[in-house]
Amino acid sequence: MINSRFFNRSELIGFVSLLLLLVVILPLALDVFRLNLVAKYLTYAFVAIGLVLCWGYGGILSLGQGVFFGLGGYCMAMFLKLEASSVENTKIQSTPGIPDFMDWNQLTQLPFFWKPFASFPFALAAIILVPAIFSFIIGAAMFKRRVGGVYFAIITQAIAAIMTILIVGQQGYTGGINGITDLRTLHGWDIRTDHAKYILYFVEVFFLFAAILVAQFIRLTKLGRILVAMREQEDRVRFSGYSVANFKIFAFCAAAVFAAVGGALFTLEVGFMSPSFVGIVPSIEMVIYTAVGGRLSIFGAVYGSLLVNFAKTSLSETFPQLWLFGLGALFIAVVLAFPNGLAGIWGDYVQPRIDKLLASRTKKSGNGGLVANGAPAE
Amino acid sequence: MNGVLMSDETEKGLKSPLRRQLLMGMAAIPALAMMPRPSFGAGPATSAVNTTGLAVTDSEVTVGILHSVTGTMAISETGSVQAEKLAIEQINAAGGVLGRKIKYIQEDGASDWPTFAEKAKKLLVNDKCAAVMGCWTSASRKAVLPVFEQYNGMLYYPTFYEGLEQSKNVIYTGQEATQQIIAGLDWVNKTKGAKTFYLLGSDYIWPRTSNKIARKHIEGHLQGCKVVGEEYFPLGHTQFNSVINKIKLTKPDVIYAIIVGGSNVAFYKQLKAAGIDMSKQTLLTISVTEDEIDGIGGENIAGAYACMKYFQSLDNANNKAFVSAFKKMWGEKTVIGDVTQAAYLGPWLWKLTVEKAGSFDIDKVAAASPGIEFKGAPEGYVRIHENHHLWSKTRVGRAKADGQYELIYETADLVEPDPFPKGYQ
Repeated sequence: MINSRFFNRSELIGFVSLLLLLVVILPLALDVFRLNLVAKYLTYAFVAIGLVLCWGYGGILSLGQGVFFGLGGYCMAMFLKLEASSVENTKIQSTPGIPDFMDWNQLTQLPFFWKPFASFPFALAAIILVPAIFSFIIGAAMFKRRVGGVYFAIITQAIAAIMTILIVGQQGYTGGINGITDLRTLHGWDIRTDHAKYILYFVEVFFLFAAILVAQFIRLTKLGRILVAMREQEDRVRFSGYSVANFKIFAFCAAAVFAAVGGALFTLEVGFMSPSFVGIVPSIEMVIYTAVGGRLSIFGAVYGSLLVNFAKTSLSETFPQLWLFGLGALFIAVVLAFPNGLAGIWGDYVQPRIDKLLASRTKKSGNGGLVANGAPAE
Repeated sequence: MNGVLMSDETEKGLKSPLRRQLLMGMAAIPALAMMPRPSFGAGPATSAVNTTGLAVTDSEVTVGILHSVTGTMAISETGSVQAEKLAIEQINAAGGVLGRKIKYIQEDGASDWPTFAEKAKKLLVNDKCAAVMGCWTSASRKAVLPVFEQYNGMLYYPTFYEGLEQSKNVIYTGQEATQQIIAGLDWVNKTKGAKTFYLLGSDYIWPRTSNKIARKHIEGHLQGCKVVGEEYFPLGHTQFNSVINKIKLTKPDVIYAIIVGGSNVAFYKQLKAAGIDMSKQTLLTISVTEDEIDGIGGENIAGAYACMKYFQSLDNANNKAFVSAFKKMWGEKTVIGDVTQAAYLGPWLWKLTVEKAGSFDIDKVAAASPGIEFKGAPEGYVRIHENHHLWSKTRVGRAKADGQYELIYETADLVEPDPFPKGYQ
């Protein structure tokens, strides 16, 4: 079996149960409004999976993933906005045919860097390439100079702040603090209907599983092992002749691309993009999703994003005035009691019981006595 | 495909025991209606006033309140929530809307634009609210607008804002930019002889658009007047010393300030510390209401002029009743700013419109809105224009050390709202 090599048994169980949950259970159990919320939560799972690779395995804490989420999202939003700003739709403006916010800011023609985004293939390529190149530049500038750890985290945080200020300040080109809103169609296909929401959800789930497989693949290759080695003993890896900086740059770029794909899907699901997903606070929230899920677990990242965002929605619906305290308490509880997050809880408490159960069954059937003894006995 | 999904849904729904009980319960409602009831439910039949499946029963109608009660905007939006709850309570005490009691569902936008969009959708799709009172910042309104248009909801939006927008699904109860700006500039030009203006603003769409309109008016319509400086600061900015130095050098007749939120505290304190005396230097703002003065401190801003449509100190019978009811409900210490008053208008205008339309249906309410008059408004008489904005007066007040404004000037007539002003774009 190929699977037994790619996934071990518990990972296979994790994969199949996530597949069941996202493809069968949730679409059947939820109405389209709630399903669309789940789709929104899952876009953050892409970022969280990227952070598992970069932070959990590579030990590189980035507090600026919102930047890449935003870059991906803005690339998609620019394409959709141009489609929504046809001359016909914008005839009340002083300059028809350009996005509404440009008209309010006295621009009379489309800025040069917007023009190529009228092409869908270009926009798709930009969603991957723009964040990849940007993260490569940051990564090369930092890691080649051996800037790491806390310093790297602070710099990424500063970049998130700079990016927000840039977007807000250049409102004629970016839509400013309002963001790029009122996105309607993708190649003439209305993305706001219930039917479209269902389709987008399944498209997104497809991409999510693709991302999970890619991440798992990276984790299992030699590259993944070098990342872990680097996290534990960077100098030894360097002395063994590996170029630590290049591996770090790779992990950082991979996380950036994952985040950008999430951002692009977010724009499709929610119908707009704004600087409030780019700044420091959303970037830190993204790290929290990973921490809650367990920073070493790819599936944990998905569950973490789902759980935290679900808690956010339901607490805020039930206790409009107090919900932030509840959310804060959840984070404190997770960090204090379960430093490895949901995946840790699963691994420490649930998994052993399942193993024991399975083992006792095999024992009963009479050929697994040794296995039962080998199982952790609390 | 859509239709197929929906019919599946209904089939499933009928099979579920809970829904069946609910249906049976609903079937009993007509029987209930025949019984005598205290005050609500005397209105016209639900089937006649609600043909689009809104949350309207024989005795209740559900509306939504959607503001930030957490996050950075909470301090500004709390007043609006309080005003809307007060209006709803008063309307209920007076017999409700079409004989139905208003029930509200409150959601928190958490100062976060996508959350606003998510909650707006919840209020319209899940809760079937007949109207939503909400939003404060332009960004949050822009985020929810497509939701209201797609699901055909009705939003009553209270904040003064930049204009450039008009929607069937929104009633704008605050002033749009030209209403707030032009009368104030004319006044300061006429009574203070002001010729030179220094424009300041926080860096986002409302201050930028407002200053654009101000500049066009100053340069194009006021004889011999000019703008000597224009500058913007990021939201939350607290270092104004360099611009204060520039102001001291250029000595403008008027500082025209559209700085919002917490930045105001730093700005006015630093102005005072730099020795700019507001009794000699004219400062006109359109962004500081009584709520903001609470944070700035009256002594730091006393002498500055503000141009908007409402001040808590307005001397008329409507306003006195409103202020005392507001304080009775929310405490003696609460202050009432321009937006709070505009938020109070929302539920009342909606009630009057629904009663004129004789229906809760969104399309009928939207169509009946133009021409609706509210004589009980604390700011005085207001009327809804064809473009869904309000005709209202523009007023100038001078800030006093006790945190209140003293009315200096008001326009003789109602000012027409003009969200797409010709020659100002």
